[in-house]
Amino acid sequence: MHSFGYRANALLTFALTILAFMCAIASFSDNFSNQTPSAQIQILNINWFQEEPHGNDEVSLTLNITADLQSLFTWNTKQVFAFVAAEYKTSKNSLNQVSLWDAIIPEKEHAKFWIQISNKYPFIDKGHNLRGKDFNLTLHWHVMPKTGKMLADKIVMSGYRLPDAYR
Amino acid sequence: MDWQGQKLAEQLMQILLLIAAVVAFVVGYTTASFRTMMLIYAGGVGVTTLITVPSWPFFNRHPLKWLDPSEAEKHPKPEVVVSSKKKSYKK
Repeated sequence: MHSFGYRANALLTFALTILAFMCAIASFSDNFSNQTPSAQIQILNINWFQEEPHGNDEVSLTLNITADLQSLFTWNTKQVFAFVAAEYKTSKNSLNQVSLWDAIIPEKEHAKFWIQISNKYPFIDKGHNLRGKDFNLTLHWHVMPKTGKMLADKIVMSGYRLPDAYR
Repeated sequence: MDWQGQKLAEQLMQILLLIAAVVAFVVGYTTASFRTMMLIYAGGVGVTTLITVPSWPFFNRHPLKWLDPSEAEKHPKPEVVVSSKKKSYKK
């Protein structure tokens, strides 16, 4: 502590170490928040369902997505990334996931929403497996913190079925 | 700064930074504002820098007593004896 530079260096190092600890504790405090998200997805309409020229099935849906993700937001949340994936089983793969829609929710106020859109990303299968297929629509979310560990979870909604023939 | 002052500076620095961190975290957590926590902590670091880094007079209250130049002549430095040591190192 004998010179200006020595003291300034010691102070800066100690201040940054304490900052690292504060961020770790802030991230840990997220475990104590009570999270009760809810969501519902309705398929309003199957717009079309056809075989692509190169031989893969493609379907276009109009979805009605209602969700309340407000309880996921804590003081340490920067944004929540939510996406809807269609999940189904084929003879080749036990799990196929196709992302149909996603959104970035930057604030708690925007986390309770109702939206009616056709799928943002194409629902294409590698093969001809979609006729008469039962599938789940899962709303996944990633809670991205300002500092620390990211949390990912989902709600699975089952009971959806595609028609047996192309339209 | 003198020795006592240096110790005081180090202790003050550690305690002030810890207090700033605790206050910042508690206020930030209770107001659910990450930004508030960061601002309070940054303010605390700034205040601590102002108090502990420059050499204020209160850090020099026990100044070292350097020997007066006229006193130094009365107590000459001891001479270093070299010749006897060289023999003992030979194997």
